[in-house]
Amino acid sequence: MPAEKDEAKEPRARPRLIIFMASFLVSHSTLFSVVCCIAGLIALLLLPILAKSTYISENALMPGSANPVFSGQDVSEASRLVKDITETQKMGKTTGIEIQRLIIQRMADVGAEVYYHKFQSQSNQFHPFRFFSCDSNSAVTESNSNTSNGLNTVGIIRAPRGDGKEAIVLVTPYNSEYVKLNDALSLGLGFSIFSHLSRVSWLAKDILWLAADSRYGEYSSVSAWLKDYHNPVFFSSENVDANVTHDKDFLNMENKNMLNGRNVDVFKRAGTMAAAMVFKVGEAMERDPRDILTIYAEASNGQMPNLDLINVVHYLAVHRQGFRVNIGKLASLVNSAWLNLVGQILEWLGNLAKNLNPKWNFGISSADYAEGAATVASSMYHQALGVPTGSHGAFRDYQVDAITFSFSSRFYLNNENMQSSFILRGG
Amino acid sequence: MAPTRARATIHTSFLLLLLVIFLSCDLLDRIIASSGEASEEEFTEELLLKPLPDKKILAHFHFQSTVPPSDSIGHHHHLFPKAIAQLVKKFHIRELELSFTQGRWNYESWGGSDPMSNINAKPPGVEMWAVFDLPVNDINESWKGLTHALSGIFCSSVNFLESSTAYSAPHWGLRTNSSSMRYGALPREAVCTENLTPWLKLLPCRDKAGLASLLDRPSIYKSYYHSQRLQLFSSDASGIILDQTLTVVLQPNVQRNGMPNSYDRFLQPNWSIMSMFKKKVTGQCALAKASSIFIELEDGLATELEKLGAGESWNNLAFDLSVAPDRVIKEHNSMEGKSSSILYEFKVVKYSKYEPLDVGIKWKLPLVWSCPEAPFHARRFLMGSGNERGSIAFSLQPTQSRDQFLSDSHKCTVRAVIFQVVPWYVKVYYHTLQIFIDGRSVPVVDVVEKISVSPSEDKVSPGSLQMMLRFPCDMNSTALAMDFDKGFLHIDEYPPDANQGFDIPSAVVSFPDFYSSRSYLEGNCLKHPPLLLKLQKRTVLQSYTEVLLVPLTTPDFSMPYNVITFTCTVLALYFGSLLNALRRRIGEEERLLKSKDSKQVGLIPRLLSKLKGRTLESHQSSSGSTASSKPGAKWLFKVIFVAIFAVLWHYYSNID
Repeated sequence: MPAEKDEAKEPRARPRLIIFMASFLVSHSTLFSVVCCIAGLIALLLLPILAKSTYISENALMPGSANPVFSGQDVSEASRLVKDITETQKMGKTTGIEIQRLIIQRMADVGAEVYYHKFQSQSNQFHPFRFFSCDSNSAVTESNSNTSNGLNTVGIIRAPRGDGKEAIVLVTPYNSEYVKLNDALSLGLGFSIFSHLSRVSWLAKDILWLAADSRYGEYSSVSAWLKDYHNPVFFSSENVDANVTHDKDFLNMENKNMLNGRNVDVFKRAGTMAAAMVFKVGEAMERDPRDILTIYAEASNGQMPNLDLINVVHYLAVHRQGFRVNIGKLASLVNSAWLNLVGQILEWLGNLAKNLNPKWNFGISSADYAEGAATVASSMYHQALGVPTGSHGAFRDYQVDAITFSFSSRFYLNNENMQSSFILRGG
Repeated sequence: MAPTRARATIHTSFLLLLLVIFLSCDLLDRIIASSGEASEEEFTEELLLKPLPDKKILAHFHFQSTVPPSDSIGHHHHLFPKAIAQLVKKFHIRELELSFTQGRWNYESWGGSDPMSNINAKPPGVEMWAVFDLPVNDINESWKGLTHALSGIFCSSVNFLESSTAYSAPHWGLRTNSSSMRYGALPREAVCTENLTPWLKLLPCRDKAGLASLLDRPSIYKSYYHSQRLQLFSSDASGIILDQTLTVVLQPNVQRNGMPNSYDRFLQPNWSIMSMFKKKVTGQCALAKASSIFIELEDGLATELEKLGAGESWNNLAFDLSVAPDRVIKEHNSMEGKSSSILYEFKVVKYSKYEPLDVGIKWKLPLVWSCPEAPFHARRFLMGSGNERGSIAFSLQPTQSRDQFLSDSHKCTVRAVIFQVVPWYVKVYYHTLQIFIDGRSVPVVDVVEKISVSPSEDKVSPGSLQMMLRFPCDMNSTALAMDFDKGFLHIDEYPPDANQGFDIPSAVVSFPDFYSSRSYLEGNCLKHPPLLLKLQKRTVLQSYTEVLLVPLTTPDFSMPYNVITFTCTVLALYFGSLLNALRRRIGEEERLLKSKDSKQVGLIPRLLSKLKGRTLESHQSSSGSTASSKPGAKWLFKVIFVAIFAVLWHYYSNID
């Protein structure tokens, strides 16, 4: 508007104005940068208010029409496995692979193709730039240098009428050396989902269940498996020797690696991975009256999966199962006085605005604000840090959308199981 | 002609005997074919049922129509479908095979080396090949016509095989070797009743009578594997033979009474035709020459039965057949120490609407057996990640049945032929072929006996690879890997749902050293029904690998619209400024401005002053030459004042 006015008034001033403004900006650069910086910070603080709630297009995915199909039978199966695992644990360690053997037996019983995946734990270092270098030779040298072994258990359900081009991966990490109750529960949960899916006939994609041996960290076991899935090393001459010499623990298993007449050491595949979900049952939290489902999504270098995946899970968890959904947040921030103060100011401002015009509805309560700010902060922190927040990070390196859910409840409830079954259907 | 080159335990006398039998059967076949004994059209229908080790049932429908050479019968047909006869005549087809398949054949638990699975296992989607009786130059034209005709007949999108990017011309990679052959596959084609109905229309009785009436749609589409095929053989001597087969793998409903215990868990489910197809057989198709149902018990199961001392009777310790079979046919097995499969035959002609046939098996003892697997199991998978490049890998692994096939597995070598068609947007670098045997890299020349590669040409032809490998029998794993680059497609070449990925059709892996065949000595080989003749035919072992899904880079499909909008905006801006530059005369305007400067009042102040007519007079008097600076500030204040007033007024009115 002013420019127009100027133009009408004195047409010659127009080029001069631009130069004038530019020189003005340059001469007051410090002031302007401070102003911009403050504006940015204010915008950041306002983010939780301005955030719109996400939604999923019902036309495309129809999560609303998903039905719970989990039955009491599945739950009893899960609890049976949990009981077995805890009993094995009590009996004392014999070979270190009792649990793996138990799981694989159960998987074979429901009619899945099973195999063990032996891996050598890599150094826990995180390489942010490994994503860019497609050097498969480095993997060989790396695994030679390290001697600790882990054993993943993998089961595959072939979709009865599918063509086997795609697969969905379920992962349940557990510590095989010392299985705590929540690890056992997550295994039970994983198994009951798996056995349920093995009985249904509507599957279009194959289902892979990876019971990841996370005694050397959740990330390394999953990434080792993924590496073997995507970039297998065929020249194994040196590695085999290395394996045999270091394999004191596994000698026992070598003899018994035939199950129901099938070789369980052969690596099997099931097509291109479409999505992956990591299930965990977290520590019990007494604080909240409702069961909590926490979603972790950040992968290495701040990559995020398709938002639909998060939204579908969120939708089903909140609207169908009455879960309380957290998307990873910095707990310390929630209670910080300073944030609450900002929240209160904003709340007051919001109320004022609401009074001025009822349509200006941007006020939120200070507690909500603090929570939102904590979520934003944690998301920013994890994305900036570039370190994956869970084993789903390994999938993102291979361009597979993956998230981790961590359930935590006061009691072990049935609807937890139902919940996960939903998520599968929706996805 | 030696039936089993690699098998060693054959006694020479047996071999000679077999040779004689095979030759005599073949000879007689030929005599029949040429003498024109079958001077009229014939139709036969058969159904073979077979329990599988994983508690499923294989049902294989086989309908055969034959027509003698056309010159003897003219243009009119009584039984043979006219559409097919015309097709053969018009496109000069020698052989044709078209299969519509849903689901995967499970080579590990449903078998891979017996004739049933070897012939009938097909890759998912549509697979089609044809051999033409034409000069080389006319074949492509004929293939295009044929695909269109077939897509019309079968209500399918077989016509997508028309484009030269979709089919290839293998010379020796497949079972049938011919230079006038074309091969194409559409892995994504969905199969449903709309394909079955036209297929049934080719039968003389459709699905109104005979065995085809068993084809209850919900039951057969609930199956784990469903393959509907059409096979044509035509020659001047024997006329046209049309084989229509439908292979389904069904899971019979298990009615468990009480708790499932370990005993029940291994017990095979009881089934009958009624329980599987919701119908009973009410007599044969009146036009059929023969109509029979077979129940086959394969080698492994027969061995188990023999151990129990059950023999080949139809109600024994292990199971009961609900109906007494008309004939028991035992396979004549060449190998010693190995039991042979048993066939129970039921003639449908004896049954009618009032006395329907409902064959079934009731198991009494739990039996566990394994299916006859192929000596090597071929798998194929993708390696690498990202949108730029990747590699295709094949792996061949010996199965447990290898030792049955190989005599001394230490010195011999085995041949395997791999035939693979790759669409052009997956640009395979064939020179990057690497072969690893037992984890050791092996020079390509040591293993590859014969190779022919036709590289892909962008948007013109797919790449195809035919490769014959020879590797030692006692290897534990063989792996082949080839690198490829992922290509870019034009925006309108993307199929719907391109984000899912692109399919690479199944590769065909065949083992020319191994054959599958059954030999039945019972009775006269002439009288064997067509299905048994099929099973007796010696065919090279062949298996299909998985279909692969390659994720390619896909554009954001809203991009074209963004581009259009953006371009339009830029064009409009450009047009406006160009018009401005052409039309506007700056010198003139300046002169005008100077002359009117004294009276000129800015547009906005004038508008504002009009709105506030009250201050018009004072404003005009006060403005004058300094209209640009002072009134601006004044007006700004006024506007802010009014705004504050409005907000306050709104606030208080709300409170009231």
